[in-house]
Amino acid sequence: MTRATTQRRPGLSRRLPYLLLAPAVLLELLIHIVPMLVGIWMSFVKLTKFFIANWSAAPWAGFGNYRLAVDVDNAVGAGLLKSFGVTIAFSLITLAISWGLGMAAAVALQPPFRGRSVVRTLFLVPYALPAYAGILTWNFMLQRDTGAVNHVLVDNLGLTSDRPFWLIGGNALASLITVAVWKLWPFAFLTLMAGLQSIPRDIYEAASVDGAGSIRQWRNITLPSLRPVNLVLVLVLFLWTFSDFNTPYVLFGTGQPPAGDLITFHIYNASFLTWNFGSGAAMSVLLLIFLMIVTGAYLLITGRRSRRA
Amino acid sequence: MRDTGGFKVYRAVVLTVLGLFVLVPLYVMVTSSLKPLSDVQGAFTWWPSNLTLDPFVDMWKTVPLARYFVNSTIVSVVATVFSVAIAILAAFAVSRFRFRGRTVFTTTVLSTQMFPGVLFLLPLFLIFVNINNSLGLQLVGTRLGLIITYLTFSLPFSIWMLAGYFDSIPRELDEAALVDGCGPMGALARVVLPAARPGVIAVAIYSFMTAWGEVLFASVMTTEANRTLSVGLRQYSTQTNVYWNQIMAAALVVSIPVVIGFLLAQRHFVAGMTAGAVK
Repeated sequence: MTRATTQRRPGLSRRLPYLLLAPAVLLELLIHIVPMLVGIWMSFVKLTKFFIANWSAAPWAGFGNYRLAVDVDNAVGAGLLKSFGVTIAFSLITLAISWGLGMAAAVALQPPFRGRSVVRTLFLVPYALPAYAGILTWNFMLQRDTGAVNHVLVDNLGLTSDRPFWLIGGNALASLITVAVWKLWPFAFLTLMAGLQSIPRDIYEAASVDGAGSIRQWRNITLPSLRPVNLVLVLVLFLWTFSDFNTPYVLFGTGQPPAGDLITFHIYNASFLTWNFGSGAAMSVLLLIFLMIVTGAYLLITGRRSRRA
Repeated sequence: MRDTGGFKVYRAVVLTVLGLFVLVPLYVMVTSSLKPLSDVQGAFTWWPSNLTLDPFVDMWKTVPLARYFVNSTIVSVVATVFSVAIAILAAFAVSRFRFRGRTVFTTTVLSTQMFPGVLFLLPLFLIFVNINNSLGLQLVGTRLGLIITYLTFSLPFSIWMLAGYFDSIPRELDEAALVDGCGPMGALARVVLPAARPGVIAVAIYSFMTAWGEVLFASVMTTEANRTLSVGLRQYSTQTNVYWNQIMAAALVVSIPVVIGFLLAQRHFVAGMTAGAVK
């Protein structure tokens, strides 16, 4: 079609794609690209509350903000490092469980049965809910004295005699992971289900005739066929969980427990509670660099492996 | 196929465990919204001591929920309309034209989707404050600021998904329209868009859900005047009381429109995701 238009109106057709892209480009610049560049600039200045309305007057800080952020001997650096560790644990565990549950459900729903579409719809509800609505419900369920979780564990099952705290103290990470998995696993399920649809059925039938059981069919047919889907899914799940803000923010409010101190929320608090935007920006840039390195390494390793295969 | 006894047991176990995991919070949400306040302030019970619809009445008075509702609706609807329109144009360019900068555009746009929101939050907040100071255009504490921000959030995924949809529509159809005397925009409006309708619907629902559920930027960019539901629901927790029954009632009411929309369009999401993955 480009050929046809080029012959008639060469000028317009050369400009047309750019005109079509212009609104998207302008918005991307305003909301994503320019703020990112400004963020990098901010990380090099002492942008405290005194300079927020008049940012050009903020004094240059050099690498001062970065030195502060990575200096593990002082409170700021130590806090960031601790939060980084918590976030890695949270992200990897949430990713693994969400993927596992998504896969288990996608495989269970692969062959048709009565009521399959009802089950599929039900499983997608936690993902379809606005994030804060689901997290608020969990917040209620995890209350120490009035929540459903302690009611089951203590009153119904009698597992412990005193009621544990779930939203403060050491259990906070387990609570975060549970809530995050609840919201996220349906996305893994939805994606894997879409991937399963593209596997032709006769492959399974042929394997059955050859005497391959369910587990071998999963290992030899399902898993290899889902490889391209899994490559993207695992990366997306990692990036999402690593920068999750909603779950800790809605679950804990502003008083987050150290065991549930996820990095995005940590940076948010470091910036808005102290109004020290310079050091918050430096932490954000470090976070970005980390995610870029992980993403790059991941794409490199998986790319090389597929080329070999 | 695979209708062995072992598989049936496996399926029963998976459906039971995951069914309970999904259903229990939903059950708690619904039943708690029907409880009197004394029920949610004492030990948890699986069933209300007496069923009441009062939380659904009181929730509008405890906090200005109606105002948050109006704010969320205006912000989400306007952001969705513009986001979908802009994504259609961009996806059409990416799918149907070969031009310099095409790869740079698609890579940059997709990669912005990957980066954490907190990275943009502080600078964007400052940019908005300074736009206000220098141009007098108020973007912090107004719906306009939220609309611009949210519509951009859903652009990368929408462009990617629509471009995948457009790619799956044969170009011969466009060419037929061009021969009939339509310009490229006529081909878009009369041929490509009607054929890609499921994709457009899916993208619209995605944009709406993004705006409706956004918390991080809303927590910084809203004041009492433009507060949206995502942060407004926190107002039920006061110094003296947490109105859990009203919180659950409000959470239920604000969830219903998006859940229904998503579930109706789930098939299109799957189709769009496969179209995108095949590329």
